[in-house]
Amino acid sequence: MKLPISWLKDYIDLDGLSIEDIARKLTLAGLEVDEIKYAGLPMPDTSAIGMHSSERHEFRTSGIGWDRDKIVVAEIREVKPHPNADRLTLLDLFDGKQNQTVLTGAPNIFHLKGTGKLPKPLKVAYAKEGSTIYDGHADGLVLTTLKRAKIRGVDSYSMTCSEKELGISEEHEGIIILDEDAPVGMPLVDYMGDAVLDISILPNMARNANVIGVARELAALTGRELKKPVIEYKTEGESVEKLVSIAITEPELNPRFVVGLIRDVEIKPSSYKIQRRLRLAGIRPISNIVDATNYAMLDQGEPLHAFDYDVLKKRAGRKNVKIITRAAQDGEKLTTLDGDERTLTSANVLVCDEKGPLSIAGVMGGVESEVTDKTKNILLEGAAWNFINIRKTAKQHNLPSEASFRFSRGVHPSLAETGVKRGLQFMAEWSGGKIAPGLVDAYPLQPKDSIVHVTTQDVKRLLGIDLTVEKISELLTHLEFKCEPTKDGLRVTAPSHRLDIGEDVVGLADVLEEVARSYGYENIPETRMADSLPPQLGNPVHEWEEHVRDILVSLGFQEIVSHRMTSPERESRVAQYDEYVVLTNAIAPERRVMRRSLLASALESVEKNARAESISLFEIGPIFEPVKNDLPNEPRKLVLVMTGLRQALAWDVKDSLNVDFYDMKGRIVLLLGGLRYTDIVYVPADSVPYLHPGKSAEIKISDKVIGVFGELHPLVKDKYEVGDAPVLAAEFDLDVLRSVSPAYGIKPIADVPPVLEDIAVILDESVPASKVEALIRQTGGRVLTNVKLFDVYRGEQIGAGKKSLAYGLTYQSDKTMTDAEAAAIRKKIVKRLEHEVGAKLRS
Amino acid sequence: MLDKLKEIEKTALESLTAITDQAALDAWRAANVGRSSPLMLVFAELGKLSKEERPIVGAAANRVKVALESALEARAKAIKDAALAKSLEEESLDVTLPGRTVNVGRLHPSTQQLRRVLDILADMGFQVYTSREVETDEMNFQLLNFPPNHPARDMQDTFFVEAGERGDNPILLRTHTSPGQIHAMHEYVAMNPDNPPPIRIALPGMCFRYEQITARSESQFNQVEGLVVGENITFADLKGTLTDFARRMFGQHARTRFRASYFPFTEPSAEMDVECFLCGGKGCGVCKNSGWLEILGCGMVHPVVLQNGGYDPKRYSGYAWGMGPERQLMVRYRIDDIRYFWGNDLRFLGQF
Repeated sequence: MKLPISWLKDYIDLDGLSIEDIARKLTLAGLEVDEIKYAGLPMPDTSAIGMHSSERHEFRTSGIGWDRDKIVVAEIREVKPHPNADRLTLLDLFDGKQNQTVLTGAPNIFHLKGTGKLPKPLKVAYAKEGSTIYDGHADGLVLTTLKRAKIRGVDSYSMTCSEKELGISEEHEGIIILDEDAPVGMPLVDYMGDAVLDISILPNMARNANVIGVARELAALTGRELKKPVIEYKTEGESVEKLVSIAITEPELNPRFVVGLIRDVEIKPSSYKIQRRLRLAGIRPISNIVDATNYAMLDQGEPLHAFDYDVLKKRAGRKNVKIITRAAQDGEKLTTLDGDERTLTSANVLVCDEKGPLSIAGVMGGVESEVTDKTKNILLEGAAWNFINIRKTAKQHNLPSEASFRFSRGVHPSLAETGVKRGLQFMAEWSGGKIAPGLVDAYPLQPKDSIVHVTTQDVKRLLGIDLTVEKISELLTHLEFKCEPTKDGLRVTAPSHRLDIGEDVVGLADVLEEVARSYGYENIPETRMADSLPPQLGNPVHEWEEHVRDILVSLGFQEIVSHRMTSPERESRVAQYDEYVVLTNAIAPERRVMRRSLLASALESVEKNARAESISLFEIGPIFEPVKNDLPNEPRKLVLVMTGLRQALAWDVKDSLNVDFYDMKGRIVLLLGGLRYTDIVYVPADSVPYLHPGKSAEIKISDKVIGVFGELHPLVKDKYEVGDAPVLAAEFDLDVLRSVSPAYGIKPIADVPPVLEDIAVILDESVPASKVEALIRQTGGRVLTNVKLFDVYRGEQIGAGKKSLAYGLTYQSDKTMTDAEAAAIRKKIVKRLEHEVGAKLRS
Repeated sequence: MLDKLKEIEKTALESLTAITDQAALDAWRAANVGRSSPLMLVFAELGKLSKEERPIVGAAANRVKVALESALEARAKAIKDAALAKSLEEESLDVTLPGRTVNVGRLHPSTQQLRRVLDILADMGFQVYTSREVETDEMNFQLLNFPPNHPARDMQDTFFVEAGERGDNPILLRTHTSPGQIHAMHEYVAMNPDNPPPIRIALPGMCFRYEQITARSESQFNQVEGLVVGENITFADLKGTLTDFARRMFGQHARTRFRASYFPFTEPSAEMDVECFLCGGKGCGVCKNSGWLEILGCGMVHPVVLQNGGYDPKRYSGYAWGMGPERQLMVRYRIDDIRYFWGNDLRFLGQF
């Protein structure tokens, strides 16, 4: 909401407070000032930034300050033709001290050219030589300083300004014509210098989306008096109650509907002061009557709607007008003020007469009954609507407006009457119209007064501060709460403009928030909790996963985090899933489901980084398995991917092998070892569709499959734009892995030296290495503490279909072992291998 | 004999001065102090001398032996020193050539930041609580005091999930980690329904908002919330805890300020700003010249939320807050494109 400071000053004395002080107070109290736009008032000295922190520029700032001496109120006494240019005129102007000749091309005074001395001089905003203003002809806001120049042979050194040139609005169609009472010679900043606070209104602060609301907050924050306007006016003619009736069909949707009548208005532009304030507030001035509805809304917070009474009268066949509010019928149509024909649904509420719809309640009026230049008599509506209904309707028809902004956040029904009276008052003042006595007020659903009991103990318990009953009462009274002392505290009644104060414990929290805000959050101390400590439960799953991350990082893997949203097509490059968790409102087709596979997104990341010479990535997180009409399962998964060179190339490293199956397996062994798992079994896995059937394995611990890994299937790899190197992938089911108990024992460290021996055997290709090692270990028994495969050989020497496996054996006993003892064990091992797998000792 | 010894000494020492390498030195050793050197022959012949002469010549020969050996030692050291000096001079590397690297692993920057946050909170007694990412409307909104169609829902644009007709309780992607507040309260109440224990937890996790993916907005982001519930928890405690947290997170001299704000699940609500640590509060591009950085939203747990969690708001009170690790990283490292976080580009990830 854009709020001109000058308007605020109508209702509260702000002397001694800088604009930044005001903005800071409001911001801390929850009315966050996004920007201060200066339109005349002096701007803070930006050169002081960084000099003193107390003088720092706290707010986004724009606009200009007007030089007191150089920009003044002046009057045009005559508009003369330019000797050499048809479209320009020369103004005979008096600036309070001397006469000036000013060149202008302003279209809004062109019609006065050559009419001689003006009967009534025109008051204008006059910028003298050397003053700094915006360039009216530039795109956007460009500052310029007025210099002497010759334009078509006439000296030009000063100008009469448009709103754009003075930073008031974008308006540059003509120069500003000030109100007649503007004192000639007065510095313009003193006459109408202003600044606009752009305030974000939080959803619970809708009551403050108006000038009175903000003034009330400032009164509470500064302890100053709120000077509410007196809303009084004279009435004449037949009372409106005799002419108009109201029928509300659904009080839940329309708790109150108030109308007043004003006759014989003269439609014309509003005064410049009003137009300027509306523009600063971001509203385009239309005419005195439309402006009065907007101005009263910004003033009091009640959106108003003006009907051309004679149109309603005509529609009623000259009989009394009957206003009916009701839900629309599906398919019912209404052409709104913006000229669009709207098709309505039963979710919308309409203001109608007996002939049909007049406006969409609380959102936008209909074109037929709108106020025009010819309007004479006006029926003014102020109503209360259900905020949820208005919110839905405004969304449905994409009609955000000043009215729907307020109504969709809740406007108290009490404001309907205040708003209509304020509107009528402005209309009468600005148009010469005569207000009919009375109002027609249908008020079928009065909100209950919110009454809350507050004690000093409540304040202490929830805010942590000691306040006296008197202090609490003072803080709340500033915000117009009614406070009555009771035995142990206060009986607090919420003011009639507020819908946000509940009852009982909720009401207490609502009221304590107001106490805290007006007391000032900055005045509440910082304490450390004195409460008893909670039970220590930890989070084993989280802690364990963090451990997994640490091990993987130590093994050289880079952690990635991918989007959870993907598409079946994207995942189908590596795996097909029939069922997905599907979004109803995806931001894009390629992000319409929740992922089933971490591998799919990890491979996309490999693709993205394909230019890197070496890639090792991991991701930990949930996948989403749909459950019909219920919450999905979210099992935790781990994916590893590797590809590229085993060793980084450098100036002295010219070549490296690519990583392969065994690089990945080695890391998996280290990972599982780091997690203290033992007895891990690697089983050839030929049924994982995305892995190479001959280069993939299942990982089992205690007969549970905890993951699979291997080289990506060549056909799958072809679907990704990656390099020639093989891509290795591993997927783990972390929930299953975590369910396996790790081993916590350690192997003792021997005092005597080990005996080391090598053994090489020739075998058929089909015998897996794991079987050979298992046999060696079994036969060697306890003293054989390590078996390490150090060579695999295939070649002519040993014949086709054969391989040679060479192992280093470590014997370790409690006492020093003799060579004879070692030889005996070795003999047993060879014999066993010969017998079980047809091995031959290689000599 | 004595003259002969003098001659031996003189000749030996003279020849030693010409020696500059180890091989010649070894030859000199053999020739002058070796078994068959002239000096050793003198020793061998001592027995042939008279009783009177023998001690005199013996002493003289010993003196010569010591002199030659120490000269040898000195020469040996000089040769070694010269060789070392030469090698030090010759064996210099181009220290500006690149060093050899290894492939190092790293945690994702968000994980790193989450850990910083959770480590500080752990020191302060907050335990990690995690919960699911796909939720019901009831858990994500209603029990947190966002009734259906409440305007506050505009603050959190939501992704919904296809799940048949579920009326006012559709399935959705959680928009914040706050449903965990309700899950946690229910679990704690179950421990002791008559006297539910106090709670101090940190809730990290991925959240989702219906936003297009641009440099400024993302459809997913991490959040860490804190929740405290107990019998004597005040707004002053909230200020104390979060100011302590800010000092640990942003530096011992970090200043904070609390602004009134609005969240449906807290009341009173506040935003905590930290004095901009990039400009020291003087105003810069990162803090938009305000001198303050918006770091987190917080407030006293709304009585309706306490009630929905099973804690009697007349007896218990609490506070909660929420903050974004990615936002903190963006400020700290001046990251101006939020898409970097889930883009998984090694050129970005490798910088953390």
